[in-house]
Amino acid sequence: MFRQVDIQFEDFAIDEVLGTLKANTSAAGGFCFFAGVVRDMNDDEEIKSLYLEHYPEMTEKQLHRILDQAEARFGLLGAIVIHRIGSLAARDNIVLVAVAAAHRGEAFSACEMIMDYLKTQATFWKKEVTPEGDRWVAARGSDLSKEAAWGDSSA
Amino acid sequence: MKVLFFASLRETMACSELAWTSDQPDNVASLMTQILLPDGQSLASYAETESLLIAVNQQMVDGDTALNPGDEVAFFPPVTGG
Repeated sequence: MFRQVDIQFEDFAIDEVLGTLKANTSAAGGFCFFAGVVRDMNDDEEIKSLYLEHYPEMTEKQLHRILDQAEARFGLLGAIVIHRIGSLAARDNIVLVAVAAAHRGEAFSACEMIMDYLKTQATFWKKEVTPEGDRWVAARGSDLSKEAAWGDSSA
Repeated sequence: MKVLFFASLRETMACSELAWTSDQPDNVASLMTQILLPDGQSLASYAETESLLIAVNQQMVDGDTALNPGDEVAFFPPVTGG
């Protein structure tokens, strides 16, 4: 499987990612993309900006473990995960999960599974800057339920 | 051993990294009883009320995991990326 994991301060361009995936997965006919963007409101408070911290020695390894599982389960032909770190403004891009498979079914499912695992297993933390001050974002119980719905996870 | 803290726990500890030179603990749970927060309570006691995740050598583990000299042990709150 073709794969690329990037943790970066810079923005990303979805058309470039599609081009890279297509160029490296000649047998793929289905591509699925998920993009996560900074919201301008959360819990009824205005979000001015977001700070993203991560565990540099671990994050990339953990994302590769997640891709290992998606590859084994769905026979993916390619996957690119890009996650930004540092200071981001409202409406900035945060994360992109792009997958390539022979057909759409595997692509939709793999993209969703990678994203669900990323939310609960990848070592990133968000801090929101609001007019009321800074606050660390709390993990959501619903994210654990979505992860669990995929069954056994050994990442 | 190297001990790392991230996000809200890093701020609570007022520290991102410790070089652990005291006695080598047998496992993670034992290490947690020896790490003290600035307010004097142990990390083990903190973890009774706050959710904490643990990684040893960049792999998620639980408190029963054995520790060896040279390990990198990280403590952090539940992750919130994506």
